[in-house]
Amino acid sequence: MQPAGVAPLKVDIAEKTFRSAEGVTIDVLRGLSFEVRQGEFACLLGPSGCGKTTTLRIFMGLDREFSGRYQLPEGSSKRIAAVFQEPVLLPWRTVEQNVRLALPPRFRGKNLDSLFEILGLSAMRSFYPSELSLGLARRAALARAFATEPPILFLDEPFASLDERTADRLRRLLMTVWAARPTTVLMVTHNLREALLLADRIIVLTPRPAQVLGVFDLRLSREFRDKRALDELVLDFHKRFPSSE
Amino acid sequence: MRAGFGSGNRGLAVRRARTLVRGIGPVLPAATVALSLAGLCLIWSLAAGFWPSRAFPPPLEVWRVLIKEAASGDLGYHLAMTLWRVAAAYLVAMILGSVIGVLLGTHRRADVFFSPWLVLFLNLPALVVIVLAYIWFGLTEAAAIGAVAVNKIPNVVVTMREGARALDFRYAEMAAVYRLGPLDRLRHVLMPQLQPYFAAASRSGIALIWKIVLVVELLGRSSGVGFQIYLYFQIFDVAAILAYTLAFVAIMLLIELVLVQPFERHATRWRRPA
Repeated sequence: MQPAGVAPLKVDIAEKTFRSAEGVTIDVLRGLSFEVRQGEFACLLGPSGCGKTTTLRIFMGLDREFSGRYQLPEGSSKRIAAVFQEPVLLPWRTVEQNVRLALPPRFRGKNLDSLFEILGLSAMRSFYPSELSLGLARRAALARAFATEPPILFLDEPFASLDERTADRLRRLLMTVWAARPTTVLMVTHNLREALLLADRIIVLTPRPAQVLGVFDLRLSREFRDKRALDELVLDFHKRFPSSE
Repeated sequence: MRAGFGSGNRGLAVRRARTLVRGIGPVLPAATVALSLAGLCLIWSLAAGFWPSRAFPPPLEVWRVLIKEAASGDLGYHLAMTLWRVAAAYLVAMILGSVIGVLLGTHRRADVFFSPWLVLFLNLPALVVIVLAYIWFGLTEAAAIGAVAVNKIPNVVVTMREGARALDFRYAEMAAVYRLGPLDRLRHVLMPQLQPYFAAASRSGIALIWKIVLVVELLGRSSGVGFQIYLYFQIFDVAAILAYTLAFVAIMLLIELVLVQPFERHATRWRRPA
């Protein structure tokens, strides 16, 4: 029951503005358009505060005040999954209950052993989120997202505020679980190395108001992206996008 | 050990309820409670011995009346009537108050508009509500219970509104993204966040409600503890008055220990360290 999406994510947002409490309007997005292909891992890369998170919030249906349109993959259920900047687990439910709650009621009882196993959470299924470290809580958030087997998965800087070693372990874990349960992924990050390590394609955004500066294709297979290769990719990237960072 | 129900004390009430559910109350050993109550009885007994009077009977006399009333079945009947009124008024007040409070807490405009109403109802004397309810709706059970509920609802509204204002929008967004149904949202997202406020409103609620129920019974019912107290007041039987009062207090204490505290411990189990 792999609900692989048929159509890719298509985005065409004409304009998105924010109005502050004092009535000042800020253009956040203007003429942002791009596509994410079926089954690929795409990264939205841009400087902090350029509107990346706003873009994701629009796709997640949490922000409807914008002009333009976007099209989500037409999976069987139109369901989506997301990992937020913070884990956002319900503190009063166990890890397993948190994961199962995200599933459609019909599938609440399904077998999640292998998913918990991959993410190293088997022993923590009955823990409450307050009993987890931040790294483990993020794993639980990943488990929740992948458990729903969504046609598309949004990741909003899911490794922010982790120490670099934990973040790195989690990135590899993300790759493992994604390989086991492939889906289309759109991740937002301002960390270039993270994007180069994980993505098939990097969609580079300009500072606010954000639009697409260009697309960086990564043809090198992930298993070869070691430290040396990443250094070279960083150089390549800066050659193509001298203005960014 | 009950949180205050004054509208100014919401923060305090919530905090106290939290401290309490974290374990001070439940952990208090039963032996200490028994000892403490025995001490009170002793002082009472000594005082009654020093100033013997029909208006101040010793505990044993009260106990004797209690047994007699229990044996005749009167005690059980009137306690049950009062208990049922307390339960009904509590349910009505908590449900209506919670719904109104959450709506006001999440809709700013409605809150601004209805705030004066709330202040009005908060300051309406219980006696006025009861008298008006009896005049308008007759001396009926529904008028009695409704009057008690109306007295309690504003307090619940104020507390629950505070809780709704403190709701964490991130959980709501998570629920929206993962398409949780309305029932799931209520049960897994909304209610647990409101639980401490509900507990605070509930605690101050039961205490307040049973006191008002007595007034309602005194004014317009022919059963219940309030009615009995009125009856024995007319013949100056203080022992019977005390017997009925203490019997009902004991029942409320039992409810607190057997129902409220275990429920709160269950509802807040995730708060405790492993």
